[in-house]
Formats: sequence, structure tokens, C-alpha cells
Amino acid sequence: MNTSEEIISRNIAIIGNPNSGKSTIFNSLTGLRQKVANYPGVTVEKKEGIVKFKDGSLAILIDLPGTYSLTANAPDEKIVKDILLGRKTDIDPFDLIICVVDASNLERNLYLVSQIIDLKLPVIMALNMIDVAEKSGMTINVNKLSEELGILIIPTVGNKHRGIEALKAAANRRANYSKKARQWKLPIVLEEECIELKNLLQIHSWTEAVAFHDAVTLLSSPYYLEEQKDLLPEEIVEHVLQDHNRLNILGMDCQSEIVEARYEWIKSICGSAVIFNRNTGKSLSDRVDNIMTHKFWGFLIFLSIMTIIFQAIFTWALIPMDLISKGFDSLGILITRILPKGELQDLIVNGALSGVSAVVTFLPQILFLFFFIGLLEDTGYMARAAFIMDRLMSKVGLHGKSFIPMLSSFACAIPGIMATRTIENRKDRLVTMLVSPLMSCSARLPIYVLMIAAFIPKKSILGIISLPGITLVSMYLLGLFTALGMAWIFKKTLLKSDTPVFIMELPPYKLPSLKSIVLQMWEKGSLFLKRAGTIILGVSIILWFLSTYPKKENFSPSVQLEQSFVGRIGHFVEPLIRPLGFDWKIGIGLISSMLQREVFVSTMGTIYNVKDSDKGESTISLGQHMKEDIDPVSGHPVFTVLTAICLMVYYVLAMQCMSTIAIMKRETNGWKWPLFQFCYMTALAYCVTLIVYHVGLFLI
Amino acid sequence: MVIMGYKTLDRFQPGETGTIDLIQTPNYKVRQRLLEMGLTKGSRLEVIRFAPMGDPIEITVRGYHLSLRIEEAKTITLLSAAG
Repeated sequence: MNTSEEIISRNIAIIGNPNSGKSTIFNSLTGLRQKVANYPGVTVEKKEGIVKFKDGSLAILIDLPGTYSLTANAPDEKIVKDILLGRKTDIDPFDLIICVVDASNLERNLYLVSQIIDLKLPVIMALNMIDVAEKSGMTINVNKLSEELGILIIPTVGNKHRGIEALKAAANRRANYSKKARQWKLPIVLEEECIELKNLLQIHSWTEAVAFHDAVTLLSSPYYLEEQKDLLPEEIVEHVLQDHNRLNILGMDCQSEIVEARYEWIKSICGSAVIFNRNTGKSLSDRVDNIMTHKFWGFLIFLSIMTIIFQAIFTWALIPMDLISKGFDSLGILITRILPKGELQDLIVNGALSGVSAVVTFLPQILFLFFFIGLLEDTGYMARAAFIMDRLMSKVGLHGKSFIPMLSSFACAIPGIMATRTIENRKDRLVTMLVSPLMSCSARLPIYVLMIAAFIPKKSILGIISLPGITLVSMYLLGLFTALGMAWIFKKTLLKSDTPVFIMELPPYKLPSLKSIVLQMWEKGSLFLKRAGTIILGVSIILWFLSTYPKKENFSPSVQLEQSFVGRIGHFVEPLIRPLGFDWKIGIGLISSMLQREVFVSTMGTIYNVKDSDKGESTISLGQHMKEDIDPVSGHPVFTVLTAICLMVYYVLAMQCMSTIAIMKRETNGWKWPLFQFCYMTALAYCVTLIVYHVGLFLI
Repeated sequence: MVIMGYKTLDRFQPGETGTIDLIQTPNYKVRQRLLEMGLTKGSRLEVIRFAPMGDPIEITVRGYHLSLRIEEAKTITLLSAAG
């Protein structure tokens, strides 16, 4: 954001329930002037932008994560609570809070509003999707509602850009907190305890508004006291414990009473400010859902949508990917012509350029996937997909929302891992990220194709099922079932937590907004390039160095590779991979394909001196060369059917992808999880391959 | 004949309505979430459908659609209003 020369006068936050259209309002207010970062220490996205007002003044607008209440459970809800309570010292206090409310779902949305009002924060309300509310037969008296709540209300229709200018104008004026005294009252006993506790907290230098919020939370359940025990003065802890004892004897269900009291008040406000016209029967959205979540049609539609997405990232994205890599190839040729032959040329063409090309070729898949994810989320189908798939995912202890990231990982784990952001629970998100790369991505396919074409006999069983085909399918299934099995294991051990609670809103269907989908694609694409791109580029230069040096002149490429650092490492690790049936040549292949799995094929091409003249033919001749290679020590062929199978199994399970590690580092905010993932997958691959090899030897 | 009376949400049929009596779950966070989503005592809800594989369940409450698993539905006791 280039605003250094302009003065940012104000700090504004935007808050609202999930599905309230908060992001659309945020996008309308800021346009492209936005950036995404993480809140320090957590993996919650911090989105901020700049609003430019009519008078030329500017304000920072922070898009807080969507939340239903300030009694936080999930990490992103906790962030919102901490910021609003002023417990995040690294975030400046807000001059204004814009609370986005879904007008068609008023009662539940007002719950959060009432909590914000209680915090005595300067707030205005964007009464969004007012058109949907009117269509469903609600007439909202905005003035009455505004009077009851004591705050300014601007009706908006975010996706049609209605009311945005009015909202902007209102946001530029000095806003105040609701001057109305708190209207909702607890049952007398509880109310008295609450006031008493609030006063006590104030003595301990709490501000009045925060003291009230904390008093309510602490009284609602003894567990909340348990959670915050270490942060509270002893006197408070004692006091709350006594309160709970007393209220318990009275048979008071505090947790329920407190939420109920708030809702009672909200209901009375809605009663006076909203007229519900005669119900017009089932809405269009409900009728659509009768088909979309139907026992038979629902499945069929779901499968078709998933097939299209899969097709798009697996096949259609290959077209731009191919163009990009061809573009880089010709750029390389061009540079070769311009620059004099030598180290520098080699570094640029084979080190830097191939690294950049490795990064950029991922872009189409990422953009395609996020186009579809944006579409599904914007229309409201995403929640239905989770609704349909939840049963299956809950079997391994995951949430229905883990399905899309795992499916996407069949094309590429990078967009898959990036797509896990929709999973609220941190542990479930981590488990999904940890197992997603086990899905056979498109980069493994060239290796499968090479091995199967060369070594699996083209026979068929029962005349219909071909052996090569069944081998390929087996590899995909091996990845899938290992992923599910590992998810189950992680949920039982390392990231032990109950199967995530599935309490999910099913928002009404609506037309998607192309603008917000494109914005999301832009955001994810540039994030990937910036964060993962640098790591991938660095690694590719290191790999280039290792495979180029020490340099010997006038040697054939295969000899040069063999005596390079990579070649030496290949020889060095040979004893380690011997038990898997791999020799040093495969060792070289494994190391050089750390960046991208498919590099294995081209490395083998270099080792076996196969000219990369024509792609199709070279695969066949490379396979032929590999078949004919005889181990000088044992006199047996280096590659057998068993070696080929072992190699494929190894690639199914091993984390041979630097880009995935880079994106894991970015998404988990540290090296701990990517390193763990690398270790567990490599260990798993090693063990399983070892077993397969020895069982294979025994059988043969 | 459908008998009016108290039963847990998982035993409701699609189209059946009821008013919430209480939520009994040892998990206070889940209970808090259910309450805050509007499932307070006395609020009316209608069961819309079960997911194609039988779980989760979709309901309407306070004018919006919510889905929850059978496991959670078992903890919610309602007074059935169907007759």
C-alpha cells in the first residue's frame, strides 16, 4: 500500500457473523487497496485495506475474522475477542467498528451486536442484504431499530454496491458508542452477582465495559474460570468460585440464563422494529436445497461438481501450465543465445530460471482451484458440500470441510493446503494439511507413467482389467487410504482432539460476485508467489549448484552428474536405500527430485544419456535403457518389476516436494510442522517400501 | 399417531417441529455454541432433513438454517409440537 505520503487519520474495524456479507462490504470499501498478513504468533489471517473518503482523508480498515459471538472458542474468534477487549497490544484501538449484520437473519446477528454494544465501543451497523430480507417478507423499521439499539444503522446490499457510499460517509463522521443503558437483564440473583463481580473487577483496574463482559463470561460456566484462572487475581478466583457454589445451590443454569436473557431482549426489539409479513411459503433457496441435498440427486450433483473441479485443476490447468513452461523454455534458449557460455549462463538458465518456472507453473492450478472454491463459497454450496460429506470425514475424525482440500490435493497439494483455511479448528486444519500431500498429485503421474510403461506387462485380467491400469489405480488408492489412515492416527495421538463439532450454518443460496472471487484468486496467487516462491527459488539454485559442481570439463552429462555433489550423495546414500532395492542412480533421482517429483524422469534421462529430443519417444527409450541396465556387482538387472513398484510406492508416500514444504511453512507460521511432515512421510515411505520389497522378494 | 411429548432432536422426523427444553452436554464449549446459535430454551425449531448419509441433520431456528450432527442432536431435548 503506497500511502506513505498521505496521512492515515483513522483506524476502523469491520466485524460480523460468518455469511453476513462482511467480506463483500470490505471489498467494496477498499477495492484493491488491501493486503493479507498473519496476526503475530497465530495462523489467523489478518486482512487490512485502505478506505479513501470523499474529503481525501484515509483510514485503515481491518477485516476481523467472522464470528458469532465474543465468547470465543476457535483461534480466530479468540483474536476478535482479544482485539475488541483491548488485549492485543500490537493493534491500535479502533476509532470505529462497522458491524455487518445479515438483515434476513436478524435475531442471531444481533447477538454479536449486543455484545459489542455492551463493550461501549464506537459502532455503526451495516444492515446488509436488506433486499433478501424484504423478499422473504420482512419489513424492517430501520429508525426504530436504530433507536432501540442506540447506534447508527445504514441499510446496504453489499453485492449490488447499494448503501456503500452512505456507509462510507457515516464512517467518516465521528461515531459514538451506544449511550443507552443496558436493556437486557438477567434473573435478579444472577444480575446481582454479576454487578458485584463487575465492581470487584473494576477495583482491580478493569475498565467498566470489559469488567462487565468478563463478569458475564466468568459467571456463565465454571470452566471459563478454569481457563483464565492463571490470569486472574486470587481474590477474583475465590469470589467467582463462591458465586458458582451459591448459584449452583439455587439450581441456576447460568450459561443458559445469560444467553437466553440476551436473546429475550433481541426478540423484543425485533418484535417492535420488524414486521413479518405473511409467510410466502418455501423460499427459492429452500426449494433448490430440496434437490441439492436430496438423497439421490444431491449425490449426483455433488459428484458432478467435484468431477468438474477435479477435471479443471487436473486437465484444463495443464494447458496454461504447459504454455508457461514452454515460455520459460524459449526464454532459456534466448538467454543461452545472448549470454556467453559459462557459469553465469548455466546458473541463470538451469538454476534461477528453472526455479522461477517451477514456481510459476503452479499458478494456474492455484488460480483454477480458488476460482471454484470462491464460486462454491459465494453461492453457499460449500456448506452443503460439507453437509453431504461430513458423515464420511467424521469416520476418520475430521470435519466435512476437510473434503475439498483433500480432493484438491489429487491435483496438487499446494492449493489443497491453502484451501484448509476454511477449517476453523486449528488441530483439524493441521491434520488435513499433514495428510493432504499423500494424495497422488499430478507431479507423480510422469513417474507412474514411466515405470508402468517400462515394467508392468501389458496383460489384462479377465480380458477387461488391464494390469498397467490397475497398477495406476492402486497407486492412487494407496495414497488415498494412507491419507485417511494417517488422519485417523494423528487425531488419536499427536493432535488428539474430539471429532470436530459440526454446528454449521447453511446460508441461503445466492448469486456469486465475480469481483470477490477474482479478488480471492489474486490474493492467493500473489501470496503463493511471494511467500513460497522465494523458498522454492532458493532451493532450486542450491540443487543446481549441487548437481553442477565440482565441474569436470569434457565429460558427458551423465558422468558429470555422477561425480557432482548430488552424484556423490547418491553414492553415499546407496547403502541406506539398498534395502529398498534402489541403487545410487535412483538415489540421484530421489535427491534431485526434491524440488519437484517429476524431475526424477528428466534426471533419469540425463543419467541414461537419453536425448530429450521428443518427449513421447524419450519416455519409451528411457524405459528401454533402464530395463537393459545391469548391476555390475550382482549381475542382475538394476530395474525389475519389483523395483518399479517399490519406486512408485516410495513416491506415493514420500514428501518429495519442496514447494509443499514452503507452503506449509507459510501456512503454519514456522518450520516445526513442515519438518515434522517431511520426516513422517519419508519414514513412512521408507518403511512401507522396505516391506513391499522384501515381501516381493519372498514371493518371487 | 405422533405422541406429543419430550424427546431428543435426533428422534424427530423431517417436517416435525418442537420447542427446546434443555441441552445436556458435558462439553461446555459445545453447549455455549449451541445456545449462542439461538438454541435457547423455548425457541422453536423445525427439522428440515437429514443429510444423504443420515447424518448430520438440518434444522431451522430463529429463521435460519443450521446443521448439526446426530451426536449433538441427542443432547437436545425438545417438546414436540406435532400432533
